[in-house]
Amino acid sequence: MAYINVPEGVPGIRSLAMFRPETGKHLYELAQVLLRGPSPLTEAEREIIATFVSSRNNCKFCANSHGAAAKVLLGDGAQLMDDVIKDYQTAGISDKLKALLNIAGKVQILGKEVKQQDIDSARLAGANDLDIHDTVLIAATFSMFNRYVDGLATLTPNEPGDYLEMGKRLAEKGYAVPQSQTVQQS
Amino acid sequence: MAHIDLKNDEPGIRGPMAYSPETAKPMNELAEILLRSENNSLTKGERELIGTYVSYLNDCFFCQSVHGAMAGYYMECDIQHINDLKQNFLNSDLSEKMKALLVIAGSVQKGGKYVTDEQIRYAREKGALDKEIHDTVLIAAAFCMFNRYVDGLGTSAPGDPQIYVNRAPMRAAQGYIGSVPAAVHE
Repeated sequence: MAYINVPEGVPGIRSLAMFRPETGKHLYELAQVLLRGPSPLTEAEREIIATFVSSRNNCKFCANSHGAAAKVLLGDGAQLMDDVIKDYQTAGISDKLKALLNIAGKVQILGKEVKQQDIDSARLAGANDLDIHDTVLIAATFSMFNRYVDGLATLTPNEPGDYLEMGKRLAEKGYAVPQSQTVQQS
Repeated sequence: MAHIDLKNDEPGIRGPMAYSPETAKPMNELAEILLRSENNSLTKGERELIGTYVSYLNDCFFCQSVHGAMAGYYMECDIQHINDLKQNFLNSDLSEKMKALLVIAGSVQKGGKYVTDEQIRYAREKGALDKEIHDTVLIAAAFCMFNRYVDGLGTSAPGDPQIYVNRAPMRAAQGYIGSVPAAVHE
């Protein structure tokens, strides 16, 4: 049971956007522009970063839903998502993405944990300013989403299968703010 | 010096926001509705104080200076009183409801799962409504994002707390949506 009176049976952040659409629309717009808008990082890379941070924050709902989206976007390389969560250093991803995940992991702890040498390593691996900016902001944003979803104890589906549809929707349609139940009924 | 070339000299979060106006827009709109909307049973001072307290826990100098000054402006008290509240709000003259909400905000800062049934029950007992609990959790979560964005990119900011106090009335009048230079938005 969520801590507040959100619509029953609706999972995670969707239930919160329906409870408070005034804030929900800006949160969904932020997710859309950050994860689907212009960026030197591919959509799959951005979902990997989001999933990695959510996993470190132990946010099962965000880790599973964004992990599922990443797998759809990765296509034949879907296994990479699980490999990154297991140990990103040995996963078959680019050195640049490894260096960016290192930065994301620091941001997950706290902003000040990002040191000059983390930035230098990322640049050496080919990351530019925008790569670094987008990585820091994705990690910061999921430090918010994860706390929002778990801080209000929203519904978290248990079965991995429950996330397949979600992942497909996020990969194909992106982040569209859910309509409130009253709007759907009318 | 920030970790990346932000192409502007704006202080704190204004630097990366001017660098990336597409993501700044929903972030500022979120701040506006959460902190400044008139349609809220928490006062603006109370909401700014929640943001200040979380920024203090995250050791983010820029955010706790800006929002501490805003809280002081709305609450009509000096910055020393705000500093005292950050360090020991439990022994202050804040309402019991506000103390209970700050405890919840402190848990969110650690991680969403740190919020307990007991903390929620106590806040309700002291009169907190669902929407107030929701907004407290989202403000706390949002500052975990803002703080990481500011410090994760190593932005710089004026060190004199009085500068932020002096600017607070202007920010209170103008709000957050116009806080990033318009020229960069174009």
